[in-house]
Amino acid sequence: MKTYLALMGMFGSLSLLSIGGGNTVLPEMHLRAVSGHHWMTNSQFADIFSISQAAPGPSILIVALVGYAAGLGVAGVAGGIAGGLLATVAMVIPAATLMYLITLSWQKAQKSKLRYAVEKGFAPLTVGLILATSLVMSKAADHDWRAYLITGVATLIFVRTNTNPLIVVGAAALLGYVGLV
Amino acid sequence: MSEPGATLQRVSLPEIALSFNHIALASFGGGLSAWSREVVVVQKQWMTEEEFLSAMTMCRIVPGANQVNLAVFVGTKLKGMAGAIAALIGLCLVPVTIILTLGFVYFTFKEVPAVKGALHGASAAAVALTLTMVIKTGKKCLTGVMPIALFLAAFILNGILRWPLLEVLGILAPLSLIWAWPRKRAEAAGA
Repeated sequence: MKTYLALMGMFGSLSLLSIGGGNTVLPEMHLRAVSGHHWMTNSQFADIFSISQAAPGPSILIVALVGYAAGLGVAGVAGGIAGGLLATVAMVIPAATLMYLITLSWQKAQKSKLRYAVEKGFAPLTVGLILATSLVMSKAADHDWRAYLITGVATLIFVRTNTNPLIVVGAAALLGYVGLV
Repeated sequence: MSEPGATLQRVSLPEIALSFNHIALASFGGGLSAWSREVVVVQKQWMTEEEFLSAMTMCRIVPGANQVNLAVFVGTKLKGMAGAIAALIGLCLVPVTIILTLGFVYFTFKEVPAVKGALHGASAAAVALTLTMVIKTGKKCLTGVMPIALFLAAFILNGILRWPLLEVLGILAPLSLIWAWPRKRAEAAGA
């Protein structure tokens, strides 16, 4: 019970601290899960980080794995699953509630000057941030020239044709699986 | 770009949940933002390009995971609180199941299933998807000196110099708002 309360308290507060995205609280999460509560080792944290990056869905779902590891020590696999679900809910609900309230008032401000300025002014800024993200993604995935080649060819396919992106991602995954990337 | 609106009333909760489930599952290897745009702006036309892009940056400023916030934003816009909950469930339910299954395998057998190579390949294509989003959205909104300057500044500060996001936005967000602030009533009405 104490572990579950700790999980809820920890992720409930990290939820509202994660300004700028879930990744900003990773160092704090690491500190508390590994050195504070001893739910897992350093290298286990690195491993679950890769798992959460690779798995489909928001990468913040790493909290489900931290919760799983914490619960595992309490009551085995069932305890782990309970911990994982609890951690996810605790991480998602506070920030989502805040976002919901902000969206409501934003939707009411249909005609405001601020909304007009945000929609026009933030768009170019966002495109720059997305380009930055793709650069950081390539570097984090430790890409070599073959991976960059795939990125280049796939980009051409996406821009020039209407191919379903899933087919291209699947083909690239296959190339990686057989060891060509 | 057509103004979505008329069709929005008819969106059902299962459709919202299934769309976000589709976005989440397609993002194997990364590229969640690009998939969100593909579904929300291109396929479903629930939002215009500019509304989507500006919402993305708002979602980064507000606490919480960006993609979770974006799901709440789109869900709330479509169907209020019920829509937000449907979007959240769609985005998280199946991925949580998958990740807990992977966690079970990892903590039981002490190793990650041998899919590392496949993921490496998929992430190269996911980067391409994100780059494509830059090209497609850039064509529409980088139409002047100021937009291009804002775009370059955001990319260089955050991507090359690796400044933290909040510092980048602390400088560029006010600049972009000053630039975009409607000066004449006619301009605002034309939006």
